[in-house]
Amino acid sequence: MAGKVKWVTDIEKSVLINNFEKREWVQVTENDDWNFYWMSIQTIRNVFSVDTGYRLSDDQMVNHFPNHYELTRKDLMIKNIKRYRKELEKEGSPLAEKDENGKYNYLDFVPVTFMLPSDYNLFVEEYRKNPSSTWIMKPCGKAQGKGIFLINKLSQIKKWSRDSRTSTFVAASSGKEAYVISLYIDNPLLIGGKKFDLRLYVLVTTYRPLKCYMYKLGFCRFCTVKYTPSTSELDNMFVHLTNVAIQKHGDDYNHVHGGKWTVSNFRLYLESTRGKEVTSRLFDQIHWIMVQSLKAVAVNASPSLTSSTANDRILKYNLINDTLNIVAPNGDVPDCRWNRSPPREALGNYQVLYDEELQAQSDHGERDLRTRSGQSLGSKGTKGSAGARPPAATWK
Amino acid sequence: MDDGSELSLSVAHIVRRLKGSHLHAQIERRAKECLHQPEIRLDSLREDVRRFLRTSGWERQLQNAVYRELQVQRPPSHPAAPLEHLKEPLAYMRKAQACWEKRVLKSLNSMSAELGVPLARMRPAAEQKELTSKWNEMGTDEPDLTSFRPVFAPKDFLEVLISLRNPNYDSSEDVGVRSHWGLIQVPLDVRDIPQLRRAYAELNLTTGQLGIDDHAHIHPDLFENEYLQIGKKVVVEQDSAAAQQYSRQGCSTGLRADLWALILNSNNQPQDAMHYEQLTAGVVQHDLLVDSLIYKDVKLTASNDDYYFVFEDFLYQVLLCFSRDTAVLEHFKYNSATPPRSFVQGKGEDEECAVVYPPNGVIPFHGFSMYVAPLCFLYNEPSKLYSVFREMYIRYFFRLHSISSSSSGVVSLCLQFERLLQTHLPQLFYHLRQIGAQPLRIAFKWMVRAFSGYLSTDQLLLLWDRILGYDSLEIVAVLAAAVFAFRAENLMEVTSLGSAEKLVAVTPGKG
Repeated sequence: MAGKVKWVTDIEKSVLINNFEKREWVQVTENDDWNFYWMSIQTIRNVFSVDTGYRLSDDQMVNHFPNHYELTRKDLMIKNIKRYRKELEKEGSPLAEKDENGKYNYLDFVPVTFMLPSDYNLFVEEYRKNPSSTWIMKPCGKAQGKGIFLINKLSQIKKWSRDSRTSTFVAASSGKEAYVISLYIDNPLLIGGKKFDLRLYVLVTTYRPLKCYMYKLGFCRFCTVKYTPSTSELDNMFVHLTNVAIQKHGDDYNHVHGGKWTVSNFRLYLESTRGKEVTSRLFDQIHWIMVQSLKAVAVNASPSLTSSTANDRILKYNLINDTLNIVAPNGDVPDCRWNRSPPREALGNYQVLYDEELQAQSDHGERDLRTRSGQSLGSKGTKGSAGARPPAATWK
Repeated sequence: MDDGSELSLSVAHIVRRLKGSHLHAQIERRAKECLHQPEIRLDSLREDVRRFLRTSGWERQLQNAVYRELQVQRPPSHPAAPLEHLKEPLAYMRKAQACWEKRVLKSLNSMSAELGVPLARMRPAAEQKELTSKWNEMGTDEPDLTSFRPVFAPKDFLEVLISLRNPNYDSSEDVGVRSHWGLIQVPLDVRDIPQLRRAYAELNLTTGQLGIDDHAHIHPDLFENEYLQIGKKVVVEQDSAAAQQYSRQGCSTGLRADLWALILNSNNQPQDAMHYEQLTAGVVQHDLLVDSLIYKDVKLTASNDDYYFVFEDFLYQVLLCFSRDTAVLEHFKYNSATPPRSFVQGKGEDEECAVVYPPNGVIPFHGFSMYVAPLCFLYNEPSKLYSVFREMYIRYFFRLHSISSSSSGVVSLCLQFERLLQTHLPQLFYHLRQIGAQPLRIAFKWMVRAFSGYLSTDQLLLLWDRILGYDSLEIVAVLAAAVFAFRAENLMEVTSLGSAEKLVAVTPGKG
């Protein structure tokens, strides 16, 4: 397979370009015969829109799937999850089991959510059951915490009701919702009294069969201000939203560590304060949610490649590096006929989250359910001869 | 002195320590209550009551308390030994420590005079109210700390240690190859490798260790699983001595918090929580000058650390209370240091009385908050965190910033580090000396902090497991030497102190 990979990108980020250059790949323009195109969202949209009908040739690869917006938009994500659950229920799959209160045993990982304006009335019904609750409004098409706010009174969202004469949302005919509204979880786990979220990177190489990899070096992002569920602080975004884009402007933002912790720190803290079993179970559940969401087709497609601290730059550079090593092993020109299961040594800091092909090769059926309470990724198996570890590949 | 009388001396000492303690009262009460139980018979009263105390776990608690006393302050070996010998047997060390203390106190007093900030002042009611409401987020406070300087930095302290001399020791006899190449020039007895090997037998290469033999590529049935089961049993048994022995091979992350609490006999007594509450009330009532030093230290060190920035508020809650805790004064019985006395306004206008300042007798220095920071990964409840930290301080950390001949004292650690290096890496040591890069100048700051801030937290906790397990800080000196051994090849190439520093830099927590 002679010839260097020809790459194009419309995102001017050093973590990308340095990685291409270190592989001595050749930069070309989008009108040339490119192999690898790292596209921005806008370009993906254009390239794969129904009108253009663009088809990738066998030796071309891009960084997003064409249906990525099914994953990025919050309303589509909710629709997909709800639909996925219904489908499993119809099939009679054990995954869709519910308890006596009607809650899903294994698929309850999204709080009560409605789309506005289409579900406005349903929302009001739910809201009235518990009028002192707080809800979080998130615009469907935005990221980085933009436009998010909390409400605890119906009047605060009256303008998103379907019949509102002053509604400013996108016309119903476009099929696009303006906002999703979810029950706000006001008792989050706090560390050091602060709220945080988890930023984890997942690489999907194929959907059918599903092959996905989770980057081991994710991180937690902390709010700079102490968490309080008090209603007087509902407007204080520094308390409630963890996105760096927002926290960056707070008084206490620290440019050395950027308010971030590695996931391994987080894990150490949890194991030390709560015990190993609880922590393993937590990570299992996180991985479970990821896989189920992907199956329902629901993942954010465009991680920020802007680095906020030196550590951050290093992390993202390595992330792209490991990603490229998986999708373009040996730096070769892409070939869609490749067998896409990389050997363990080639994963770098990724670990296999789920590999449907490998799964299908062993016993099926109840597997999904059993593994859910089974071992966590990267933990040790009990089979295998003493001294040799079983591969930390798939869910057993 | 024969064994029998030495033993009875120890027993008498421990009885004195525990008599009248809360535990004593509890055991007495339980023993009285159990008399009502049918299985307690008059003719076998003594055995029955003792059995009861054993099965109900009280005997174990007493054992742990006795064990604690043995660990913390070895009973005097001779009834006529003067109290100062318990603090420090060598006169020249006592003198040096006294000198150093005077300097530190002077520095504090002049800071107070220069800045016009009193050593202590009562907070007005409004300020008290504000502090109470902000108790959980003192980190958001941004007092102007620019004019406060730390009372001393580790390198100042190092200079003092370097100048230590034993007036009875004529070192001119030892000039030449056999002399000591390092900076510490006092002839303390420190253990060499063969002795260390015997003392730290559990750390030999054929014994399983957490942190090494539990890595992903090693099958857990070889060591980890069984070791974990033993650990769980130790926690269930609530036995301090067993926990300490266990800790030598490392503590599993899920059990560490419980094991350390056991070893330190910090066991959630309600009076501990009450005591802590009282301390917090003290913080609200009075403002101390050292509070500003603490603030500054936290802001400069822990708040900028990748691992510990999250716990900034906890650090204030612990350290401000610590400064006011007079129970800490107890430890000066066996600390070569003496709590500083300062003069504050008395009741009358001209009256000045000497009081211990700060109330706990410990003036914080640059980096002090790093003794507390790693513990935040284990304990998320302030009074428990406080209790564990205080016990760690009065058992170990105080030795890292006072001048003594103790084998766990910073002087011995420095000497041990240098001797290990000179014995086992003479070429490296010689080379570093030649380029003006005395190894101790690099390693000192690691040792003073017991590596906090210089190792990733998971590794640091494994190190502190062994400090607790062996009840000694020696391992800190060994680790420091090991870092140099690890980098020996590259260090042979450097040509300046600066590049040597960079090479061995063990700062994972900084951006």
